[in-house]
Amino acid sequence: MSTTSDLRTKSAPPKRSFELSMLLYDQRYRSITIQVFFLFLLMLFAAWLVDNTVNNLRALGRDFSFAFLNAPAGYDISQRPIEYNSQMTHGRAALVGLLNTLILAVMACALATVLGVIAGVLRLSNNWIVGRLMTVYVEVFRNIPTLLWILIFGAIMTEAMPAPSAFRGDDPSSTMLFNDAVAITNRGVWVPAIMFARDLGYFQLGPVAPSITWVLAILIIAASIWANKKLIDHATRVQNATGVRPKTWWKSILILLGPIALYFAVLGAHLQYPELRGFNFQDGIHLRNSLIAMWLGLGIYTGAFVAENVRSGILAISKGQTEAAFALGLQPGKTMRLVILPQALRVIIPPLISQYLNITKNTSLGLAVGYMDLRSTLGGITINQTGRELEGMLLMMLIYLAISLAISGAMNVYNSRVKLKER
Amino acid sequence: MSNIESHTIAYVRDTMIPEQDPPITETGAIKWLRENLFSGWFNTILTLLSLAIIWWSVAAIGPWLWNMVWNAGSLRECRELLDGAQGACFAVINDRWHQLLFGFYPSSLYWRPTLALILLFVALAPILFPDLPRKMLWFSAVYPFLTYHLLWGGSVWLPIVALLGFVAGYVAWRLVTRISPLAAVFAAVIVPVLWWIVVAAPLDRFLFSGLPWGLEFVRSDRFGGFLISLVIGITGIAISLPLGILLALGRQSDMVFLKSVCVIFIEFIRGVPLITLLFTASLLLNYFLPPGTSFDLILRVIIMVTLFAAAYMAEVIRGGLAALPRGQYEAADALGLDYWKAQRLIIMPQALKISIPGIVNTFIGLFKDTTLVVFIGLLDPIGLSNAIRASTDWQGIYWELFIFIGVLFFVFCFGISRYSMYLERRLKTDHK
Repeated sequence: MSTTSDLRTKSAPPKRSFELSMLLYDQRYRSITIQVFFLFLLMLFAAWLVDNTVNNLRALGRDFSFAFLNAPAGYDISQRPIEYNSQMTHGRAALVGLLNTLILAVMACALATVLGVIAGVLRLSNNWIVGRLMTVYVEVFRNIPTLLWILIFGAIMTEAMPAPSAFRGDDPSSTMLFNDAVAITNRGVWVPAIMFARDLGYFQLGPVAPSITWVLAILIIAASIWANKKLIDHATRVQNATGVRPKTWWKSILILLGPIALYFAVLGAHLQYPELRGFNFQDGIHLRNSLIAMWLGLGIYTGAFVAENVRSGILAISKGQTEAAFALGLQPGKTMRLVILPQALRVIIPPLISQYLNITKNTSLGLAVGYMDLRSTLGGITINQTGRELEGMLLMMLIYLAISLAISGAMNVYNSRVKLKER
Repeated sequence: MSNIESHTIAYVRDTMIPEQDPPITETGAIKWLRENLFSGWFNTILTLLSLAIIWWSVAAIGPWLWNMVWNAGSLRECRELLDGAQGACFAVINDRWHQLLFGFYPSSLYWRPTLALILLFVALAPILFPDLPRKMLWFSAVYPFLTYHLLWGGSVWLPIVALLGFVAGYVAWRLVTRISPLAAVFAAVIVPVLWWIVVAAPLDRFLFSGLPWGLEFVRSDRFGGFLISLVIGITGIAISLPLGILLALGRQSDMVFLKSVCVIFIEFIRGVPLITLLFTASLLLNYFLPPGTSFDLILRVIIMVTLFAAAYMAEVIRGGLAALPRGQYEAADALGLDYWKAQRLIIMPQALKISIPGIVNTFIGLFKDTTLVVFIGLLDPIGLSNAIRASTDWQGIYWELFIFIGVLFFVFCFGISRYSMYLERRLKTDHK
């Protein structure tokens, strides 16, 4: 006892007064020193950049302003999801471009997901030939640049498809697909459009004018999905309380399809088929070659990456999980739905969303086939016409950044929701 | 019981009957087919569907490939040779392969990029395969300077003087480290920088005026084709890895300010498409630099591509760092290692090993992304394919060029990914 008490310090360690060398050799202060030094360098660098920019702008006799967005654009855009003509402003053109970017991104994401899930699952199948075929798909598409794929699909559309005139005459060399519904030509693809006998018109929402008919349709579908979820929750509660799960499938079908079918019937929905008139097809929806090439190029290319994510997600679930589920007496279908998928999705979804992010950024390759996305409108023609590279590029980068941050924010929310609750 | 049996059973076989062959459906090819292709109605449908797809592709492409023409001067001549049949006109590759590979690099100097590529493998060998003698690493260190001279030419003294900057830094570090280790670090940074800014250019001019040795100078705008893809891709790969490690460490750091700078940089670069950064390099850089400075477009592109890849690399390596158990950091601390030693000896070897697949994916992505330089007017293979198609001889030729470019990219990227699998297997130390 006495020795330990001797070793114990009788007072606090002697306080050293602060010395300048402690800034470097004392762990407590060193990080502050480094950071201050770093901050100093960074500020110096930023000041140098800003000073150069100001000087350069002054030398060129330019100011820094976004007023050009209100000037008339003077160029046409082939694919217009909202009303636009060349008399409208550069800002409006940029908005059209942004909408085109988003349309393409959503379409390509859907295609990539469908293809990726199918290819990823089939690559694991016992079927030798299917497995090999999917491996070839994944390896070939993953190892060749997207840009090349986009150009290849663009060339297939413009070079290998029949001209509209080939559909003419009594014995045409090409025919429309699906009972005269879809025409694939070298000027684009025509598909039927849904038209309404009693259209509800448009309403003005800031710069865009959405169709009331379609907004209502989307709201009805969303409400149906919500009601269906309530129904299933209720069935689960009943099952938990009584042990018997009430039959829900016909109620689900009724809730999901009934309201929207009724709505379409009331408004007199019908399909408007494309028709060959003059030198080209008319009516229906015209999907331009540029859109098709971008859609196929991005979708199939990214699908190969998604396939790998899906495959690794499924492989990540140990075999013991399946065996445990079988031991509990679950059927194979239920094993997949209740045990394997929820765990595999946790592995699959984060990389899947980063693939969505890649698709969104890769839409900026639209210029290669003349797709008028944000890069081609705001970052292309607008910049060339107004000479406002600095402002235009800055704005464009900020928009892309906002989209990316929104997507990755959604991913973080999802991740924190499905994260394993560990001790 | 036995009594009754012996009475009721009239005959007991006392020899084995000869072994029979298994049923025909349980052997050889038929069994394999049954198990692998037709094990159920769903699998049968899949098999038939796959066979249909394969048959359809072969029927569509087969004859076209079979009839390929390799010797012709133009697409018209090709069609005459084919005489109405469907056929691939690979004569365009025969005619223009040198452009697709080297761009407008002077044809008498093709040996220089070729030699650089061969030497690349020599330089990479000791890094990729650890069984080779370690002395070869010296050649790897000199290789970038040698290649610069081989590709661009000009004064032989410029790369030598640049290399001497590193030597000067090392000498300064050795001299000052006896006085103070901290001052030595500063000296090792400042001396080379001063050397390159102040001494290098005049010394190069002085030496060149005295001894005008060197290869013929080739301007950057003569570069094109796969040469440009490889130059941008390999430089980007080589620099983005160390840069990415630093960024990842910065993001993991306790220093709030340093960390936030790294986070902002990484998230910004990852949030915008590469093409906007390339446009920044080609259009905007002149705004940010002092008036009158202009430097090589290829160099600007390399800088941007490197920064872009470094941000992705940082995230990949951060994933590897996060996967390490906390105990590894604590063990390094317990051994009394300082920050850099702990990183170098304990943390990084493990973190990098975990992140190999991600790192290699970033490399492959970077190499494929070099095709985007076509948008800012550099003549990469895709840009050249457009140029070739614009010539009167080869107007309207698509597939042959796309196939050639695609195959070259495929070979390169597929090769890297296979190597990474080999590396993963070799570095595997756990016993799973």
